[in-house]
Amino acid sequence: MTTRALVTGTALFCVALLGELVAVVALVAMVLSTVLGMIFLVPPVVRLVRRLTGLNRRLAREWSGVEIDEPYLPEPDPPVRLPDGWYRDGRSLYRTPRIPAFNRRLSWLLKDSATWRDFGFLAADMWAGGLLAGAPAILVVVGVVQLAGGSPIGLLWLLLVLGAARWYAPWAVHVHGVIARVMLGRTEKARLAQQVSRLARARTDVVDSQAAELRRIERDLHDGAQARLVAVGMTIGAAEELMESDPAAAKALLAKARDASSTALQELRQLVRGIHPPVLAERGLADAVRALALDTPLRTHVTVELPGRLNAPLESAAYFAVSEVLTNVVRHSGATQAWIDVSTSGDRLRITVTDDGHGGADASRGTGLAGIERRLGAFDGILALNSPMGGPTTAVIELPRALQVVRPPVTWRTVTMGICWSLCWIPLFPQGFVAMILKLVGITEKSWFLALHMPPSLQWPTIIGMILLGTGMLATAATLSAQHRKANEVACA
Amino acid sequence: MRVVIAEDLHLLREGLVHLLRAHGLDVVAAVESGPELLEALLKERPDVAVVDVRLPPTFTDEGLQASLTARKRIPGLPVLVLSQHVEQLYARELLADGSGGIGYLLKDRVFNGEQFIDAVKRVAAGGTAMDPEVIAKLLASNARNEPVGRLTPREREVLELMAEGRSNAAIGQRLYLSESAVGKHTANIFGKLGLVPSDDDNRRVLAVLAFLNEK
Repeated sequence: MTTRALVTGTALFCVALLGELVAVVALVAMVLSTVLGMIFLVPPVVRLVRRLTGLNRRLAREWSGVEIDEPYLPEPDPPVRLPDGWYRDGRSLYRTPRIPAFNRRLSWLLKDSATWRDFGFLAADMWAGGLLAGAPAILVVVGVVQLAGGSPIGLLWLLLVLGAARWYAPWAVHVHGVIARVMLGRTEKARLAQQVSRLARARTDVVDSQAAELRRIERDLHDGAQARLVAVGMTIGAAEELMESDPAAAKALLAKARDASSTALQELRQLVRGIHPPVLAERGLADAVRALALDTPLRTHVTVELPGRLNAPLESAAYFAVSEVLTNVVRHSGATQAWIDVSTSGDRLRITVTDDGHGGADASRGTGLAGIERRLGAFDGILALNSPMGGPTTAVIELPRALQVVRPPVTWRTVTMGICWSLCWIPLFPQGFVAMILKLVGITEKSWFLALHMPPSLQWPTIIGMILLGTGMLATAATLSAQHRKANEVACA
Repeated sequence: MRVVIAEDLHLLREGLVHLLRAHGLDVVAAVESGPELLEALLKERPDVAVVDVRLPPTFTDEGLQASLTARKRIPGLPVLVLSQHVEQLYARELLADGSGGIGYLLKDRVFNGEQFIDAVKRVAAGGTAMDPEVIAKLLASNARNEPVGRLTPREREVLELMAEGRSNAAIGQRLYLSESAVGKHTANIFGKLGLVPSDDDNRRVLAVLAFLNEK
């Protein structure tokens, strides 16, 4: 682990060094293109820069575990040939597409802020993340050179690397990735632009399906319950007129009216079930899913782990998703058993429906599933279907931000814990143990070790004090962490 | 017979009181919320309670919860639950203690006064009154259940009526059969489902419901 981190750190430093070189080349090319008008140098240089930053993104993902999205604008379309055979670029017309295509590419490259951020990264990487990641290697080289030159202080650098590499090297590699993400990742602006277009699409979907739903309800009421109530009223009116002349016929009519009102109620019940099932309103998602499971002819096993009620629109979307998936299982899968698992991780709701059917389900074929996907999409939710031929089929419904997660407040405890964890090594190692070794060995070099700058009588007390301070901080941090974890466990239980 | 009514809609509550009194039942309390219902049930200890599932203050399943709580304190307290919709889940919860004296009907069943009063009396006597829709759902979810599939259409009809909580005599009346013919059908049904026959109507119904709920 440590060795790997040391090697990758060194490699990252070398890449940063290469980046610096490319940055210099790019700078020269840019100067040439602006001063001497050698504009044709720009695209290849930008391509070279992007190749190297691409490498950095990949290394950040593979070595530092930091995912960096590509921030570039989409490439421009090639110029279109006009009906008269010419190609237009602004106000000029060209015979061949080459110049308009070049102009478009050029403006695409130059107007993208990511291009300039790439340059900035290559120029700065060596002095920031690269130096951080390569520090152990640099210290080793410096140490070896100093030892070879006869200076014993070199040994100190080697010892420092040996002692600290264990926690420093992986941390530095990770931090390199984080710095790279700041400079190479998507900017807030690019991210927002992407999100806006996604939200606009989701909103159109929601508005459309909502309108269709209302139209359906209106039609059902108009042709169903409403029409039946009109009939009930008319029948009662007729019975009223017959009451005196023909009581028997009036009685028969009233019985008919009662039956019609019963049917109207039944239709209203169906309609209500489709809008918002009563059991969902009364009991919440967990029991509504259990009720669904009871109503299917499959042998169904339901496990639910929910901390409480979710908000109503989301609950309803999740319910109808499960309902649709179960309907599909009953209709198409040939399954005899189904397993429904409702759980949360963080603030994310996750529902898995598995069956023992023959598989081969295709989400794009069912219109019902497409509707469910749209409905989930309004909450940034997804429906993923995994159905190999021969089964089993697993449908996963995921809804982010379904639960309110309470973030732990920042207290003096967490602040103290942070300070102790991050700073305890300073008094413990360099100011404590390293100073002690130097004093024992009798080296006169004082460097930044406080104890060695003290009058001789105060040197040992300072060293011991430093070690005690460091140990104390470490112990405090560990105790507070343990308490914190315990409190969390109690809160979860 | 002393009855407690819980229903939040004024018109329907008055209608129920009127209907029950017209059939000679004594309505000792007519309340409109969950807490009031629980209090009335524990204080009055009626012979039967007629309860709407959805009641104030939460307008969720207050009525059902109050009934279940009261039945825990007074085992076997007869409760007839009315609702705008029926759920197998609620039917299971009501039947879970296996002591009978449970009714679960759609509100529409009130339309037919005689049948409704019949159901109230049956529940008060410790029997069951399940809505045909509950039974239909139960049978639909048992559609792939092997023994249920082996029943003849006639036996299925008998099973449905029996699960609703009717006696052999009532089933015979409904299907225009002699009581002994119904008895033969029930014996066949119990044989096919692998249940132990019982002469006690109530215990027989509970056994059938438990079987169908097993799935």
